[in-house]
Amino acid sequence: MIQVRYFASLRERIGRDTDSVEATRVRTVADVWQVLHPQQPMPANTLCAVNMDYVDPSSPVTDGDEVAFFPPVTGG
Amino acid sequence: MKIDITDRPFDPWQCIQTHQRDALEPGSHGAMTVFVGSMRDFNEGDEVQAMELEHYPGMTERFLQRLADEAGQRWSLLDLLIVHRVGYLQPGDPIVLVAVWSAHRLDAYEANRFLMEALKSRAPFWKKEQTSCGPRWVEKNTPGYGA
Repeated sequence: MIQVRYFASLRERIGRDTDSVEATRVRTVADVWQVLHPQQPMPANTLCAVNMDYVDPSSPVTDGDEVAFFPPVTGG
Repeated sequence: MKIDITDRPFDPWQCIQTHQRDALEPGSHGAMTVFVGSMRDFNEGDEVQAMELEHYPGMTERFLQRLADEAGQRWSLLDLLIVHRVGYLQPGDPIVLVAVWSAHRLDAYEANRFLMEALKSRAPFWKKEQTSCGPRWVEKNTPGYGA
């Protein structure tokens, strides 16, 4: 299973802060979004992380990974 | 080296004093640079009454640790301290503190600027403002030196 997390405005837009998806259904980070949100393209400015490291949407995912989607950061 | 993400108000000057006393030998450093970012009561022309700061627990600490390691490799540093607030803030509250100690000013200035710019552009924190027109997410930070 792949655990999925959303943060900030993206979390509010989706209406929940976590999801999960069977690892056999996806190969990349972009697949994870597509399977969970088939009607909703990933917003253009979305940032992606796998296991708490920034990655491109084309990066592979494997069973047990934590994938995160979030908007541009605004700390400091 | 210390990185602290806290949901409680902090006094940056007290943090610096405590860290310097506990972690640095007197006479070891010739330079210390400090950046303190604080919450304004206005943004984009609107009054801001309060702010909520969200982060990605785990990734934020990991990201800041890597930045600190990179700064230590690129410049000659004696120590550094990063404190960042999360949770509910009021105008005037300090949001972020970056303090860098070095033998000389060049390394202290450059490393501090690098840390702040990288933190602002890549560290996973998000601000949500409470304004007179209701709540709104801050969409992006202003460009810094890296832009």
